Amino acid sequence: MATQTLDTKGMNCPLPILKTKKAMKDLAAGDTLEVLSTDPGSVKDMEAFCKSTGNKLLSSGEDGGVYTYEIEKA
Amino acid sequence: MSDGSNNKKMTIIVTKGTLDWAYPPFILASTAASLDVDVTLFFTFYGLQLLKKDVDHLQISTLGNPGMEMPMMGMHMTMPNIVSTIPGVDAMASSMMKSMIKKKGVASIPELREICVESDVKIVGCQMTLDLFEWSPDIMIPEMELGGAATYMAEALESDINLYI
Repeated sequence: MATQTLDTKGMNCPLPILKTKKAMKDLAAGDTLEVLSTDPGSVKDMEAFCKSTGNKLLSSGEDGGVYTYEIEKA
Repeated sequence: MSDGSNNKKMTIIVTKGTLDWAYPPFILASTAASLDVDVTLFFTFYGLQLLKKDVDHLQISTLGNPGMEMPMMGMHMTMPNIVSTIPGVDAMASSMMKSMIKKKGVASIPELREICVESDVKIVGCQMTLDLFEWSPDIMIPEMELGGAATYMAEALESDINLYI
């Protein structure tokens, strides 16, 4: 169960990443953030974001055009 | 907020002052900052338009821009140069672009710029350009620091990525 959920549905690049970064700031290490997005580009972008920031991408999935990511704060 | 945890730095020289060209520097700067990169933007010549407090005046230029294909009347159209010279065409194309930006969930320039400021992106305005155009710093956003080529070079020499847009 994610600590917090962020809905970025309808937003285009780079807003899902920028909003994710902002939401991560309010979390403590070990907390998880669930991010919802309708941007197909967010699949690669979220991987790159986690790789660069050291946060952990726990899961990534898609259902009916909505991409869901679970990220653990480092 | 960039905390510099990956110790990477990026600089961008921003030279263009149109609505479309405002996007690459602000998108890259805000995204880099969210990836913990320490970013410096150096605004010079027409790029300084992007640092005015009010950026509602930014427009796209359809003249000599055959790559600008916009969805119009059910197809994609480019603007013949002869049409571009008619007063008001750029304003009309710009307002269409702005409405598409909104419709597609693309961030506005003030929104991206605000995120850059919140993320501690260093914003440097070119002192020489301000003098040349006779613009008062009062019309610019307060987060703008003034500097010159040497200020830029000092940042660029320490950077991993230096871009010119």
